[in-house]
Amino acid sequence: MSSSRSASASVLYDAPGPRARTRYRAFGALAVLGIAGLLWYAYYKLDSTGQFAPELWEPFQYTAVQQRILDGLLATLKAFALAAVLSLLLGALLAAGRLSDHKPVRAVSTAVVQFFRAMPLLIMIFALYRGLFAGDPFWALVTGLTLYNGSVQAEIIRSGIEAVPRGQSEAAYALGMGKSQVMLSILVPQAVRSMLPAIISQMVVTLKDTSLGFVITYPELLYAIKIIASNSTGYPYVPTVLVATPIYIAMCLLLTALARWIEARGRRGANRRTPVPA
Amino acid sequence: MDILFEHGNFALLRDGFLQTVELSALAALLALLLGTLLAAFRVSPVPVLRAFGAVWVTVFRNTPLTLLFLAAVFTLPRLDVRFSPFTFAVLALGFYTAAFVCEVLRSGINTVPLGQAEAARSLGMTFGQTLRLVILPQAAKTVMGPMSSVFIALPRNSAIAGAFSVAELFQAQASLTDLGYPIVVIFFWVALPYLAISASVGVLFHYLPQIVAAAGRLVRGLSERGTPVRTETVEANQ
Repeated sequence: MSSSRSASASVLYDAPGPRARTRYRAFGALAVLGIAGLLWYAYYKLDSTGQFAPELWEPFQYTAVQQRILDGLLATLKAFALAAVLSLLLGALLAAGRLSDHKPVRAVSTAVVQFFRAMPLLIMIFALYRGLFAGDPFWALVTGLTLYNGSVQAEIIRSGIEAVPRGQSEAAYALGMGKSQVMLSILVPQAVRSMLPAIISQMVVTLKDTSLGFVITYPELLYAIKIIASNSTGYPYVPTVLVATPIYIAMCLLLTALARWIEARGRRGANRRTPVPA
Repeated sequence: MDILFEHGNFALLRDGFLQTVELSALAALLALLLGTLLAAFRVSPVPVLRAFGAVWVTVFRNTPLTLLFLAAVFTLPRLDVRFSPFTFAVLALGFYTAAFVCEVLRSGINTVPLGQAEAARSLGMTFGQTLRLVILPQAAKTVMGPMSSVFIALPRNSAIAGAFSVAELFQAQASLTDLGYPIVVIFFWVALPYLAISASVGVLFHYLPQIVAAAGRLVRGLSERGTPVRTETVEANQ
């Protein structure tokens, strides 16, 4: 990561000379002052409105509250895990449909993918919750997440398969393989390597979107946080948000780290091969 | 299908649509300005600014938008920061999207060949001039695709504002549902405007390169016809 940053930096400026160094240092000092000012203002606002009062942070010591956060976290992970698996299955199915040789299959898959990618997830989840799964927020949330993310995953899978050099499938056809054999034993295994980072990035989106369950009263992490804040004395919204945000960021960063690791492994593997001429 | 013209439902949906468009447009403007600034921070020679940009992007990309809305609408008033729900929605949506705009721009800047910036520097251009006159115009071409995805996602994300008392299309959907209309029909009438908005943004981005190029030709034509404006500017800068 540091190498890519210095690469992007060197595009725009030379190694600084003495005058440039002084100027950069001056800008740096100004920036530090500005950021310190922002932080101080945030601290001042929090302090002057009494957000550091011990009684606002007290609820987090109760085991019932801790249990509620843990339950919310587990509910979030449960919806995420199920939606991630189902959306991959749907994505594979829709991608196969979009790559089909039959025009009607292609047209239907394309329409489904385009529609669910363009619709706001919240609108779909709410319609599913009130219309199809009356009173079952879990399945409304999981179905909505699956439809939306499945459509996006379908596009990722399709573009991954299309990015495999054409010679690969031509050679396979020349060997007398059928379409499904070419797909399953030649194209998909090669495409998976390039697709995995994008697939996992989309899973980060799926994970973040589980918080929409909050709107249809699915008791996930954000809902738990809201209930804790509105049921405690003094309404500790600020403390609960300050607790929830790092949890979400940590979960997403873990998934992103997984994507980076897989990408790095893939690149190492790719370097061992002879490069394919474009 | 005729719920549209009963009991002021049309006005409800129309106002929801206008509110969605207004919220999306303002948030898009904020995201574009802030995102460009953050991208400039992230490629700048000042380490503190680079770190600030990186922290912003990490925090806002990995936080659910729903949590940002909750933070804006429920916690900021407790800190004596009081705006209307609409303003809070613009801020949450704009700050969130700015992180994505920043990343798209930064990756676009990285695709510009090194020689371009080196040539600009050897002509004596400063960091700001290099970025503004040489790098960003070229990066703009490669970022068009990913940028259109960001701005197609924005109106879609704006639906969450409806859950935090902004009277846009999601709230229209919820109100109509509470009135007991069949959900399929409501879904149809709410889906239609969203599809129209994403299609319009898609078309806009499709023709944007041509629009920008035409505007560029116009500006160049004007400056060539008049007195040599550009020479004067260069001299003034030296």
